Amino acid sequence: MKKVIVIGNGMVGYKFCEKLAAHPLRDQFEVVVFGEEFRPAYDRVHLSEYFTLDSADKLLLASRDWYAENNITLRTGEMITSIETETKRVFTHKHDYFEYDYLILATGSAPFVPSIKGVDKPGVFVYRTIEDLDAIKDYADKLKQEGKFKASVLGGGLLGLEAANAAKELGLQTDVIEFAPRLMPRQLDKAASDMLQSKIESLGMKIHLGKNSKEIMGEAGIEKIDFTDETSLQTDMLIISAGIRPRDELAVKCGLRTGERGGVYVNNKMETSDPAIYAIGEVALYNNGIYGLVAPGYEMAAVAVDQIAGGEKLMSPSIDMSTQLKLVGTEVASFGDPFIENDEVTAIAYENKQRGVYKRINITKDGSKLLGGIMVGDSSDYNTLFQLYINAMKLPENPEDLILGSRGGESKSALGSVLDLPDTAQICSCEAVSKGTICDSITSGACCTFSDVVKSTKASSSCGGCKPMVTDLVTATLKSMGQEVKETICEHFDYSRQEMYDLVKLHSIMDFDEALDRHGKGHGCEMCKPVLASIFASIYMETANRQAPIQDSNDRFLANIQRNGTYSVVPRVPGGEITPDKLMVLGQVAKKYDLYTKITGGQRIDLFGAQLHELPMIWKELIDAGFESGHAYGKSLRTVKSCVGSTWCRYGLHDSVSFAIRIEERYKGLRSPHKLKGGVSGCIRECAEARGKDFGVIAVEGGWNLFVCGNGGATPKHAIMLAEKLDDETCIKYLDRFLVYYIRTAAPLQRTAPWLDKLEGGIDYLKKVVVEDSLGIAEELEAEMEELVNQYACEWKEAIEDPQMMKRFKPFVNSEETDDSLVFVPMRDQKMPRPW
Amino acid sequence: MEELLKNYQSVAEEHAINWIKVGQTDDFPENAGACVKYNAKQIAVYYFTRTNSWYACQNLCPHKMEMVLSRGMTGDAQGIPKVACPLHKKTFSLEDGSNLNGEEYSIATYPVRIQEGNVYIGFAD
Repeated sequence: MKKVIVIGNGMVGYKFCEKLAAHPLRDQFEVVVFGEEFRPAYDRVHLSEYFTLDSADKLLLASRDWYAENNITLRTGEMITSIETETKRVFTHKHDYFEYDYLILATGSAPFVPSIKGVDKPGVFVYRTIEDLDAIKDYADKLKQEGKFKASVLGGGLLGLEAANAAKELGLQTDVIEFAPRLMPRQLDKAASDMLQSKIESLGMKIHLGKNSKEIMGEAGIEKIDFTDETSLQTDMLIISAGIRPRDELAVKCGLRTGERGGVYVNNKMETSDPAIYAIGEVALYNNGIYGLVAPGYEMAAVAVDQIAGGEKLMSPSIDMSTQLKLVGTEVASFGDPFIENDEVTAIAYENKQRGVYKRINITKDGSKLLGGIMVGDSSDYNTLFQLYINAMKLPENPEDLILGSRGGESKSALGSVLDLPDTAQICSCEAVSKGTICDSITSGACCTFSDVVKSTKASSSCGGCKPMVTDLVTATLKSMGQEVKETICEHFDYSRQEMYDLVKLHSIMDFDEALDRHGKGHGCEMCKPVLASIFASIYMETANRQAPIQDSNDRFLANIQRNGTYSVVPRVPGGEITPDKLMVLGQVAKKYDLYTKITGGQRIDLFGAQLHELPMIWKELIDAGFESGHAYGKSLRTVKSCVGSTWCRYGLHDSVSFAIRIEERYKGLRSPHKLKGGVSGCIRECAEARGKDFGVIAVEGGWNLFVCGNGGATPKHAIMLAEKLDDETCIKYLDRFLVYYIRTAAPLQRTAPWLDKLEGGIDYLKKVVVEDSLGIAEELEAEMEELVNQYACEWKEAIEDPQMMKRFKPFVNSEETDDSLVFVPMRDQKMPRPW
Repeated sequence: MEELLKNYQSVAEEHAINWIKVGQTDDFPENAGACVKYNAKQIAVYYFTRTNSWYACQNLCPHKMEMVLSRGMTGDAQGIPKVACPLHKKTFSLEDGSNLNGEEYSIATYPVRIQEGNVYIGFAD
């Protein structure tokens, strides 16, 4: 067995372990990994997300268990202090030593800190590790308590802008200082930098270009920076992100060949000057360069693994530094040679200051090949352009179409079909997966879906930038094999939700059994039953009582099941408006049944801890006081939240409460593919947060602006404007059309935002359907909604009036007892379920 | 909590010594569950109309130890009759109580007999 020691447990060091663990000759190696940080390797590319994640563990590339399961000894918090090449041993800071047959240097890099006077003052940080971020956050918290809010970042490169975004996320007023006359000098030209600068400055950050820092001033901590041009900048904190320096100390000490400006020299096998030692990642000096991107590092890791296993894989002769990312909310991409300018080359540029978009492509004079390019503000063409460049493919007749889109006629991808790419085309550069590998995984029969392909080839599993292209490839390959790509509901129905909707309507299918007899098989399951229940509700406006057994468990009991199997009850409070008398009824009912009481995010009141048999009694009391079901348990309209509006608010333009009540009353009980939430705000201050809803209405001079397809939750999305300055009636009309169109066409449990994402043509198409009636179905959609509205009935009332339905709420068929297994514990003067 | 689980052990039809009448067939919903009580046990009972079959299992979901399975949705997976817990949609075979999500815990099942419109469940105690 050969002993392999890996020094460094960063992204590339981890990739080495991952590749080796998957290698067929894995068993011939015993692997020990040393990491100087206390955490196992984590994702530094997404470091700035650390502030928004609730735990650092979410950034981990693999858990400690993974290393154990793969028989890799991981020693974190342990530093290697020297290498003895003659005896093939490494020594740790604890004076232990370990022997190796192969040594892998994956020590990465450290932030470069320029020697500016005062750089050691408190308040000066670097941006590299989670500990750095913790230190930055602690200092920022301290500053804010002192009423100080000013941060600066030294370095306007890729990482500097990431750091600036992180500082902004911490609530600091952030400036960026760059020595070069433009931002991201290695990726962007002046025009692109200008565009990016104006985008970033529109978010309240300031950019200072061409500034050479002279001295950091301050008493207890940093207070200002003086520049060599005699200007200065006040700041309470400085984050330095001025480049990287390879961590080559160990290599220098043991006499390996290193570069003049740092880095361990390697050949195309990743061998250093000592054939038993390999260097990979940011510490490796290959072709006279250090590469601070993940993709070349991963390729190096793959080469090193193959080499020690006796393979012949070599590093590509030239390293591609193309990159696509989102910086401070702006899409930026750069590929090939972004700057090239000579007699053989023509640059085509497009600039739109209104939309904040800049694109440039460099092509050969004869217009046949793409050599490089830059995109700011819109990088949606990146994948296509990158493939044209990297595969030296022939360009279309009018190369400007590549960045302008073809004007007039059908818009078509410049690639034609993704299948036209050569098999060697690299689709996923992080994991080095080619088009051939992806297509083979499908044609061989090993994979049938996108997720199969990701699992088996790892394509798209790292940064996810190539996901659209992989999806297209999967779809196109399946199609070429004569397979239809379809999302069916489950094993019992071989149809999509939309197809089932049409079938039920066309054949006037009235219940689940009939649907199963005609179009399905088996007994059904917890997937298809609620889908069919929702379809029946949308077509016939039947309540959850008519076919109780096929309702999702909450709908079956018309309440929300909670942790200990008890239920919560939410009566409807349209628009969040409630009289003191009704409020008192809620209090009395809660007190009588000993219910935990909480105000919801949707401006209503939730009563928790009701037992099954208590539900009808509670509803009865609520109904007698004029309440109805709030459908909080259903995939249906929840609430229409409102601000107080023009009746009381001194800024309000229109009466948002009345309009919210009207909308909620209209759509109450409406069942849909997923829950539906709405909001109405009385002015653009938007206190009802209407743009965080599936539909939002905002008052402006001259009417209501209507927004659709937003949501809060795990993937927050702002709703997008569908139409502006509408009167009440038109607004309702458009809402009717929009809602029925969504209900008819969405997939199960697909909320409006992902539905719009998938809708071909996006918001522009939706506008055409809803506003311009391009499909000629507007009248039909409105009539359908009208029908549904007219058939509304409160399902609580239905349930308590029918003795047969009431049987559902009896805890035991053979006993009058109630469930005595429930245990509650007290908390803040109310009750809670005992914890799990 | 684990004590609760010990209260429920699967009973094969041939080992049932005590057949307890728990109600009439029309006391139970079609293609859904209801709960019955036998001493300290809570038992979920399901009636599948399409195959005219009856199933019984513990009402206790072993995932979080709550008495909820009788309120779960029923159906089948590749022909195996199953119930999905209403709390986290963990699914269990109603034929042998095995876990259909590939997790370790499973549930106890009991034999059911229908005689003259009455529903009986077989216990070994």
